[in-house]
Amino acid sequence: MGGYGDVQMIDENGIRMDGRTAGDIRPVLINAGIIPVADGSAEVIWGNNHVVAAVYGPMEAHPRKIQKQDRAVLDVRYNMAPFSTTDRIRPGFNRRSREISKVTAEALESVVLTELYPRSKIRVEIEVLTAEAGTRCAGITAASVALADAGIPMTDMVISVASGKINGVVVCDLNKEEDNYGEADLPMGVCANSGELVFLQMDGDLSPEEFQVAWDYNMGAIAPVHEIMIEALKRSNGGDE
Amino acid sequence: MSNQNARGGRDGRGTRLVTPGASLGASEGRRIGHGIVENAGQLIAVKLGALIENDDEISVMPSHTKYTPRPGDLVIGVVEAVQSNLWFLDINAPFNALLPMSLGPGKSEFGGARNVLNVGFSVLCRIQEVDETHSSVVTMKGLGLRRLDSGIVEEIPPHLMESLFSNSDVLKKLKSSTDCRIILADNGRMWIDGNTDSISDIISRIDKVRNLSRDFSSIDSMVEALQMEVY
Repeated sequence: MGGYGDVQMIDENGIRMDGRTAGDIRPVLINAGIIPVADGSAEVIWGNNHVVAAVYGPMEAHPRKIQKQDRAVLDVRYNMAPFSTTDRIRPGFNRRSREISKVTAEALESVVLTELYPRSKIRVEIEVLTAEAGTRCAGITAASVALADAGIPMTDMVISVASGKINGVVVCDLNKEEDNYGEADLPMGVCANSGELVFLQMDGDLSPEEFQVAWDYNMGAIAPVHEIMIEALKRSNGGDE
Repeated sequence: MSNQNARGGRDGRGTRLVTPGASLGASEGRRIGHGIVENAGQLIAVKLGALIENDDEISVMPSHTKYTPRPGDLVIGVVEAVQSNLWFLDINAPFNALLPMSLGPGKSEFGGARNVLNVGFSVLCRIQEVDETHSSVVTMKGLGLRRLDSGIVEEIPPHLMESLFSNSDVLKKLKSSTDCRIILADNGRMWIDGNTDSISDIISRIDKVRNLSRDFSSIDSMVEALQMEVY
């Protein structure tokens, strides 16, 4: 959050630098079942973000100290490839990837029926190949499709979208410039069918009114992305579309 | 899941595919089958798969499944690790099964387990017991239970085993047309032994079944693929 007020990112007609209006999301493309050796997999191309998720398991949880006697644990690893941004990213876990892995696992645990697989582990690998703001949202969405593709029982699918504030205007689905120079960012994870909120973070300041607008934008973006997820799953499993 | 149910819902391209969280209407007067839960009087799909509605029962034929061990099941296991007095077998389930030396093959002495069954060996065994945390113990004490020294082991989705081979003629025809020895295990594995050409023939047929399964084709078309001669 730079908060540089001199960078004009939205004009007086409400048109953003990439031609979108305030409530528009970037183009989204989802493919499921792209990694044959994984139990389930998906790729999400969201604007210029390209994220791949793979699911393995349920399998015996190792080391044993992470086992839960009454349920499975979700072992989520979010990682950005070194070439995913203009600045090279040092390979390996860092503070940011640990944080995103943790919040992603917690968001997904609220829908996965972990109690069906005591003492086991479901491994979710999220790899960001190209990053352009909103990678955690694309990662959660990709992981959700990959879990469904793996046949893991879930009560719902989680979709994540972020809204934020640029030049004092609340907009949906920030791109790289808007994320870098904007004033606030509100990523949310929502269950597609029930509308339950399972993940929320906020960076920067939003007034209660602005928060409400950002909330509405995020909620409004869930349905179209959910449609794309369903189409992707049907395509990869040979069902009717 | 009965064969009749499976046939009822899987009519090829017309199959209704449901995704986790999909609402399937009110639960009143309907029996809930696999892959569906009830929440506040509403039925919700919890798995990706083909919806099957048969009379008053509703269920989901999943796209992917893991084998869930049940006592008495005949399984084909692969030795993954060996200790002084027991073996750990991969039985295609989330957890490895234990084969204690007392239930192992023939005479084996403490510390000599590796001489009897080493890592990578396939064995035909039976599930002895399963505890509440899904850990299982298998036994090789029983008629026909043995080490599989020849042939190959192929896999098909475990949930299709019962539907595909519910009619014993399917297996009989497969055996007679290929002149192979075949053992079907409940964990989705098949042991096939015969001459190389016949084994290749069966592998091609099983490949077709796996492809059809991914497309949610009907059980009849999968049975047809199994019985179709390749060579």
